[in-house]
Amino acid sequence: MTLAAYLIVAAAVFCCGLYGVLTRRNAIGMLIGVELMANAGNINLIAFSRFLGQVDGQVFTLFAIALTVAEVVVGLALVLLLYRSRKNIDVVQASEMKG
Amino acid sequence: MMLEYVAFGIISTAIVGSAIGAVTSRNLVHSVLFLASTLLSTAVLYVHLESALIAGIQVILYTGGVITLMLFGILLTDDTHAVTRQNRSTGHLAGGIGALAMFGFIIASIHQSALPSLPQTFDINAKSIGFAFLTKHLLAFEALSLLLLAALVGAVVLARRSDP
Repeated sequence: MTLAAYLIVAAAVFCCGLYGVLTRRNAIGMLIGVELMANAGNINLIAFSRFLGQVDGQVFTLFAIALTVAEVVVGLALVLLLYRSRKNIDVVQASEMKG
Repeated sequence: MMLEYVAFGIISTAIVGSAIGAVTSRNLVHSVLFLASTLLSTAVLYVHLESALIAGIQVILYTGGVITLMLFGILLTDDTHAVTRQNRSTGHLAGGIGALAMFGFIIASIHQSALPSLPQTFDINAKSIGFAFLTKHLLAFEALSLLLLAALVGAVVLARRSDP
């Protein structure tokens, strides 16, 4: 396989995640989109690590996985706060600060 | 050689197909389960790329941690009497155009770039990754432990009901 094949798969996953973030009204649905985008970045890092033969890509992937997990934890805490104050997690309705 | 193409085709179809399912499913629980399928298929792709350690960590952290957390999040933020969870979406046309434009941009960038070919030797294992962690990337490693502590404390402070 060429490196371009892996990069194209990662690009497809990234764009699925982007579509999810742009269209979801549910806050957890948006978090799923963000997860997909982070996962696409990890695929790129691992593919470049394999094709360049360097260990740094795998180290960065481990950092990225830990960062994503921390982001999900804080994001879900924020979603819980949103639910507690509004009784739903629709991000379109939570727009009091709209300019 | 042929078998490798077949394996890559199956894995990438599973990844992209379940990613599309995750962003288009109308039921939020189905979305999370499609996300789990994407992440597991990605772990298989990591094994295909000879990165077994990352594949194991991906399975443990994502499917063990993140998916469970998300299912708990759904449980806590919706009515529990219905099995189906609404996962409405809006702006399909604008979102689809934006995502497709981004895809075209990335494909054009990949097409223009000079990419390296597959090297013959590849000797990265858990030992060399751990060595790189504790020598070259030691500062980032320590900063990451601080970040995990901050995320732990932050999540507890944000999500607790009130002052005891």
